[in-house]
Amino acid sequence: MKDILQELHDRREEARLGGGQRRIDAQHAKGKLTARERIDLLLDEDSFEEFDMFVTHRCTDFGMEQQKPKGDGVVTGWGTINGRMVYVFSQDFTVFGGSLSETHAQKICKIMDMAIQNGAPVIGLNDSGGARIQEGVASLAGYADVFQRNIMASGVVPQISVIMGPCAGGAVYSPAMTDFIFMVKDSSYMFVTGPDVVKTVTNEVVTAEELGGASTHTKKSSVADGAFENDVEALAEVRRLVDFLPLNNREKPPVRPFFDEPGRVEASLDTLVPENPNTPYDMKELILKVADEGDFYEIQEDYAKNIITGFIRLEGQTVGVVANQPMVLAGCLDIDSSRKAARFVRFCDCFEIPILTLVDVPGFLPGTSQEYGGVIKHGAKLLFAYGEATVPKVTVITRKAYGGAYDVMASKHLRGDFNYAWPTAEIAVMGAKGATEIIHRADLGNAEKLAQHTKDYEDRFANPFVAAERGFIDEVIQPKSTRRRVSRAFASLRNKRLENPWKKHDNIPL
Amino acid sequence: MFDKILIANRGEIACRVIKTARKMGIKTVAIYSDADKNALHVEMADEAVHIGPPPANQSYIVIDKVMDAIKQTGAQAVHPGYGFLSENPKFAEALEAAGVAFIGPPVKAIEAMGDKITSKKIAQEAGVNTVPGYMGLIEDADEAVKISNQIGYPVMIKASAGGGGKGMRIAWNDEEAREGFQSSKNEAANSFGDDRIFIEKFVTQPRHIEIQVLCDAHGNGIYLNERECSIQRRNQKVVEEAPSPFLDEATRKAMGEQSVALAKAVGYASAGTVEFIVDGDRNFYFLEMNTRLQVEHPVTELITGVDLVEQMVRVANGEPLSITQDDVKINGWAIENRLYAEDPYRNFLPSIGRLTRYRPPAEGPLGEGIVRNDTGVYEGGEISMYYDPMIAKLCTWAPTRGEAIETMRNALDTFEVEGIGHNLPFVAAVMDHPKFISGDMTTAFIAEEYPEGFDGVTLADAALRRIAAACAAMHRVAEIRRTRVSGRMDNHERRVGTEWNVAVQGESYDVTIDADHDGSNVTFADGATLRVAGDWTPGDQLATMMVDGAPLVLKVGKISGGFRIRSRGADLKVHVRTPRQAELARLMPEKLPPDTSKLLLCPMPGLVVKINVEVGDEVQEGQALCTIEAMKMENILRAEKKAIVSKINAAPGDSLAVDEVIIEFE
Repeated sequence: MKDILQELHDRREEARLGGGQRRIDAQHAKGKLTARERIDLLLDEDSFEEFDMFVTHRCTDFGMEQQKPKGDGVVTGWGTINGRMVYVFSQDFTVFGGSLSETHAQKICKIMDMAIQNGAPVIGLNDSGGARIQEGVASLAGYADVFQRNIMASGVVPQISVIMGPCAGGAVYSPAMTDFIFMVKDSSYMFVTGPDVVKTVTNEVVTAEELGGASTHTKKSSVADGAFENDVEALAEVRRLVDFLPLNNREKPPVRPFFDEPGRVEASLDTLVPENPNTPYDMKELILKVADEGDFYEIQEDYAKNIITGFIRLEGQTVGVVANQPMVLAGCLDIDSSRKAARFVRFCDCFEIPILTLVDVPGFLPGTSQEYGGVIKHGAKLLFAYGEATVPKVTVITRKAYGGAYDVMASKHLRGDFNYAWPTAEIAVMGAKGATEIIHRADLGNAEKLAQHTKDYEDRFANPFVAAERGFIDEVIQPKSTRRRVSRAFASLRNKRLENPWKKHDNIPL
Repeated sequence: MFDKILIANRGEIACRVIKTARKMGIKTVAIYSDADKNALHVEMADEAVHIGPPPANQSYIVIDKVMDAIKQTGAQAVHPGYGFLSENPKFAEALEAAGVAFIGPPVKAIEAMGDKITSKKIAQEAGVNTVPGYMGLIEDADEAVKISNQIGYPVMIKASAGGGGKGMRIAWNDEEAREGFQSSKNEAANSFGDDRIFIEKFVTQPRHIEIQVLCDAHGNGIYLNERECSIQRRNQKVVEEAPSPFLDEATRKAMGEQSVALAKAVGYASAGTVEFIVDGDRNFYFLEMNTRLQVEHPVTELITGVDLVEQMVRVANGEPLSITQDDVKINGWAIENRLYAEDPYRNFLPSIGRLTRYRPPAEGPLGEGIVRNDTGVYEGGEISMYYDPMIAKLCTWAPTRGEAIETMRNALDTFEVEGIGHNLPFVAAVMDHPKFISGDMTTAFIAEEYPEGFDGVTLADAALRRIAAACAAMHRVAEIRRTRVSGRMDNHERRVGTEWNVAVQGESYDVTIDADHDGSNVTFADGATLRVAGDWTPGDQLATMMVDGAPLVLKVGKISGGFRIRSRGADLKVHVRTPRQAELARLMPEKLPPDTSKLLLCPMPGLVVKINVEVGDEVQEGQALCTIEAMKMENILRAEKKAIVSKINAAPGDSLAVDEVIIEFE
């Protein structure tokens, strides 16, 4: 018996070494941790339960049968994050460069199937050179098997991808279909075709970092939702994100003890909106002052900054926040911000996360680049996402809510549950000047008259009361009491039930 | 007594005057510009009158507008505060003509002291020490040597048209006087086209010490001791204290008596300040007299118990002084730190904007001392570009200087100001500076001790350990809370451990936490244990703890995977990790901050108005590169050195954040 135990021990030790000490050192030299070290940081101490530690590949071409490292380049299993179950796979770059073989894919598929069945998130730590070329089409099939599971899991359990090394070619499409992608600065990149191919085909000279580094994907392409300084920070922040998310689509979002008075009054919010309607202010201040403990987990912080998306807690429970940011492009909606917010709203709706919308929007960004880029369809995504969402929706209009953008931003008409406005709100078809110039076209030459008309229009419409008279605004609230009002609104919606008509699935304007 | 007074000022001093008026049962009228519509002084006053647009020259210092406000409200007297119209004889005259009392000195006294040359002459006549010097022009080097000997070395040889250090020489002997005269003359001729030269005494180890005087209209005058204001940055006072750690009783008496003599000589009747420069041998020389209430008057009030504003009001009402020189004592020690909205890490660049958080320490007793905070702002208020960027005057009083400094340190630790850059870390550093602590400072203190500017405080091991222990205990509390989230697997919960590693300021401390109901014992690897107690809960931005029996107050912020801790002027990133996390964190590469020497970074959040250059342009030092509009002000960014533009990352209309890259150079 003792010998048998010893053999198990030895086999485990061998498997744990992955590609061997030399390659582990090389990994460290690149500033990267190994697959197992990463799992240590991601999961609660001693909570990891491994699957398929002894799986090896079945390839016999090109001398592959000579090397059959245990685990075949990916570590899979489950464990807990602050006591809540998650499934995880972590690609091992020290074994064949983390390349994906048929069996490597099967290991990932196994835990994904279990995750869907048992209702727990899947977290993928990606660090792979790509397909296992020696296996040819078997490797491609492996990718597709993973893709299909990503699709089946979508909207059932949260899926999080962390890109911690190369991720190129077909491999990118698995993370692409997960809910969140995070990258590690300077040590990860993602692209469909690498710099060499780019040069051959288009003659364009570009580095891997420029083509698909963390900066590119968080600022330009919006492929990634966030980037972190190093592996340690990235995994700590993924833990922090998981604390906000429900385990699956049948569960309510998590609640945890909180140390913040739901009725906390923030007198300074009474002066947040400047006197001049064209002066910007930082909407993040409102988010931080409303949130429990000022804790905000921002998603896509560096992309389309004219809209803010992310998670807060109110009375300990997760709430998704979408907010126009007057500091950037006056907070207008455009193609990028609509897409960013639409995807976030749909994530929240998938997983029963209530949505708080903070509105200060002067309208859609005009111009040929927007129209040629299809702002009609992209803007419609956000409209569609809000309209189909059945989760509790609370909206606060702080200042401008003009035109179609007013409708889009979780208005009453899109089944908003609570639609509040600050006294500084202006809910109108457009700004007073523009409106006056249309209504009183005859007086266009007369500056004095026009000014009077503008003032009349402002007096009539530059306030929340016209909308409140019609019931489009449920209540005009004091800015300083926003946290209390919003917390109570969500508290009252905890048992909300709303269903959309049966359909196979909707046809959102993609 | 007056029924109603108008305060022709804004900000903290207006609030300060209103407080005393209220105490005296006098109604108050505030005036305000468009920028101050929601200001604290407007809120505090019984009435408020709008007097125009934000710039002071269109509002606060327009005499007609202030006079209108007086008429409109029927105020019987006006307190001018400091700055603005406080030393404007025309304003005092206008008031006199309108039969409104000016809560300040007579017009004549303002005029007499308003001119540097006249005031010096009057001072000399009144028997006040003035800097010895020869005002006439000097013909040749021999005469320069002769005069220098009369004055006594060291002397300063100055070009009459001089400025910016040009045409100035210090001479310690005849030879240097001869040389200095020649070189000053040449330099002055070249730089200013005016080679007139004069010589005066060079004051070594100069300190700025001033005497508070108080006179009534009946010929009585007293001095309320001195204030030491040597800690200045470019002639702007930063730290003041009373009494001075440098004066002896005899010098104090001599300075005080000369000051009263000067005040009487000009028929002074109000509170005023006579400023002196004092050398290392306690020789003192008259600089000027300020015919108003000084910014730093609170320190005098704290050690004498006299409310200077009240005295000014009573004197203006014609009352004789109720206190005599014998009544004036020095009780304990008081220190004032001026908090300015100036970013010490960016060479004290003004940092205007919204105060997203403003929580001053509570006024009243703190430890051995007392805290007083004169302020004119509030959380959610604005530090405006139009006026002085002062946030508050934080004062502490205690029986001894050491205790007053300690009280100040603790008060600064609890003072929360967010949303703008401010000099709190800098004044906190001064409070811990050995030279300040010893009282051995001159007006060159800041220039000498911080020649490269201020780049933060490095804490010593003992202080760092206290912070490490506190953070370890706080982190443990936060981690335990995280394990209480809903949806966890029953019976398989996460257990939070007792072993931690704290990484801070390049140090790494392994600690063990043994927690009980009242706190934690945090034991370091060398066996030393610190007891940490406090009621911090996650999200609290101020942690008030007891560490090893002594109070520790930390400003706590969130950073990725740790805390941002501010305390005693230090700004620290603290990471508390399990031993395994710490082991792996050590494998992470140290990322050097990017080289910004070839970049033009945006110095403040703003809007790009104009880009003046194109890719490939060679720019010269000082050439305008682009214009950024911030807070309605256009700021022209210039090239720091000759360079070639390689990339432009912004276009007109873009809004930029601080440190965003605008232009890259080859």
